[in-house]
Amino acid sequence: MSEPAQFAEPLPGAAEAVTPVATGSPRTAGAEGEGEWRRLDPRTLLVTAVVLAGVVLGAGVPAAIGMAGRMGPWRALSWVAAGAVLVIGFGLCGEYIRWRRTRYRVGPERAELHTGLFLVKRRSLARERIRSVDLTAHPLLRILGLVTVRIGTGERTGGESTLELEPVTKAEGERLRTVLLARAVTGEPDADRDGTLAVLDLRWMRYAPVSFLAPVLGGASIGAVLQVSDWFGVQARLFHWVGDRFHDTPLGWLIASVVAAAALAGVIGALGLWTEMWWNYRLEREPGATLRVRRGLLTSRSVSLEERRVRGVELVEPLGVRLAGAARLDAVATGLARDEDDQHADHKTLLPAAPRAVADEVAARVLREPLSPTRTARLAPHPRAARGRRLRWALAAALAPVAVLAVLGALLTGVLLWIAAVCALLGLPLAVLLALDAYRNLGHGLSGRYLVARSGTLRRTTVALQRSGVIGWTVTQSLFQRRAGLLTLTATTAAGEGAYHVHDAARDEGLAFAAEAVPGLLEPFLVRDPVPDRTPESGKAAPPPSR
Amino acid sequence: MGEGVRLRPPNNTPAARAVGWWRAQWLSLTLVPVAVLAVLGALIAPARTWLLVPAAVLAVLGLLAAALVPVWWFRVHRWEVTDEAVYVRTGFFWQEWRIAPMSRIQTVDTVRGPLEQLFRLSTVIVTTASSKGAVQIAGLDHELAAELAERLTHITQATPGDAT
Repeated sequence: MSEPAQFAEPLPGAAEAVTPVATGSPRTAGAEGEGEWRRLDPRTLLVTAVVLAGVVLGAGVPAAIGMAGRMGPWRALSWVAAGAVLVIGFGLCGEYIRWRRTRYRVGPERAELHTGLFLVKRRSLARERIRSVDLTAHPLLRILGLVTVRIGTGERTGGESTLELEPVTKAEGERLRTVLLARAVTGEPDADRDGTLAVLDLRWMRYAPVSFLAPVLGGASIGAVLQVSDWFGVQARLFHWVGDRFHDTPLGWLIASVVAAAALAGVIGALGLWTEMWWNYRLEREPGATLRVRRGLLTSRSVSLEERRVRGVELVEPLGVRLAGAARLDAVATGLARDEDDQHADHKTLLPAAPRAVADEVAARVLREPLSPTRTARLAPHPRAARGRRLRWALAAALAPVAVLAVLGALLTGVLLWIAAVCALLGLPLAVLLALDAYRNLGHGLSGRYLVARSGTLRRTTVALQRSGVIGWTVTQSLFQRRAGLLTLTATTAAGEGAYHVHDAARDEGLAFAAEAVPGLLEPFLVRDPVPDRTPESGKAAPPPSR
Repeated sequence: MGEGVRLRPPNNTPAARAVGWWRAQWLSLTLVPVAVLAVLGALIAPARTWLLVPAAVLAVLGLLAAALVPVWWFRVHRWEVTDEAVYVRTGFFWQEWRIAPMSRIQTVDTVRGPLEQLFRLSTVIVTTASSKGAVQIAGLDHELAAELAERLTHITQATPGDAT
């Protein structure tokens, strides 16, 4: 549960502060009609009590055990109990005040939230600017039938543009969501395209262990074992125990077993996390052109996304997932919520790692296209010089640690020289493979209304961006690129990451491509001079793909 | 289809005074660390060489940069505002062309730092709805900059579009 601190920004001397988001006084609008003031659900007190009790239990039990040794069990227990009562009491008081002082209403024009004891925070959002209403509920809230509602305008001004109601009843959350996101339903309901776009297929779980999460979790599990054993002062015993188990076996086996154990822990962890994140996943299109993602095993989440904010999609393929023939689908949309406590990757993901064909299919449905542009676009390969650049970077990245190790080895000890040799032997082929793959993955093209660009090797992304969503071009060319006849095109957009790149395109072809992608924008600044007879340079890029 | 395509340089240069402004920037950038090192060197006798030599090196480098780089920048920095777009070129080692169409411009700001005020210069910053699409025109004569900002605001208001 995030504390209300995020509302209580210091506004010295301002007892009644209207946040900069409020474009007018909250009192001017919505004095009449439907918007009566409402309170948060009082059961938030219960939630706070349970959370605090959990914290107290977690901290109090070790403390009591520790103190019991010195002052006897009963005294220790009474001290800890007193502390617990104090903490819970204060917490409940604070929460009660927060609950008493927090009210919200949804008027015909504005949604407003008043909160705070000494610094009364009044925040009001114009309803037509509200872009997202997200519901989340952690397990405790779910048991009580409550949800946390986050109402956002999607403007990138930090937390100022978000109203957080924590918590309200589930029914109230749904009501807010439908009321606030209800737009005039334009056009006829599209039987094909409304309704459920994708539901979870349990077989997708097999892509969880091949994500980058598994090794991270595996490493973390080893770290956790060491850390916990250190806390209880049994780390040395742990090492002894492991040493005894592998007394007769060679070192190689020991390392292999530890790695295997970590891998197992990583796989289990990744599967667990995947289940928690994606259980009950469902992607729907609701009347009024809103996309809605619902998911979550313990913590349930509902993310709504207005379709008119969608400027495209991005297929994301981390290496392991790509080798397994799968891809994740993200939305490229303007004004997605970005929270500190919630990973922003969550909000834009439309589909977890799923077979590539499914991802393409869902992309097509999301974009209301017969076929996904990520599939139909004929991607022009990039010139050979781009490959050379990638090879050089990869070799430099692989050789830098080798060089450092070798120098240190020459100066200090011969062992490092061996390690350097092993690093070189393993690293160089890997670097070359990755560089070649990175080059192969480069591509750009046009497909109908979309501009498609692909790049990356460890994390390959294929973005399909609406050409009408491109709101500017940035062309960069380093000295090396200039000599190689390459340039990097960056399409700036209001959506997603704000800019999408076409790395190392051939100069002539790249500029022609950019000019064609967004008619009229680049053309006035281009000079086309006929080249009488170009020497057939090796591996010049293919001509721009026809649409 | 033998055809070479390239971006033409934008038409306008920054104000000639910008060279002086850039020089002042380089000098002030150099002055701070050099002064700190020199003072420390004067005070701490045992480490004198280790402080004064870097100070001298920094000073020479800074002076060189102040002498050469601004002239170079003046030759590469270009800008242009047409009825359709703002077009800016910067950089040499890392050359960059930025284009923002009028219909997508959200705000037009003029910024004047203390040094810029001294040289009667302004920087015009044009932002679009993209977090990475801002276009900066640095080193403009401040009257020209004000005029330009006004013109841009006019054109932007007259151009339909929701900027996203």
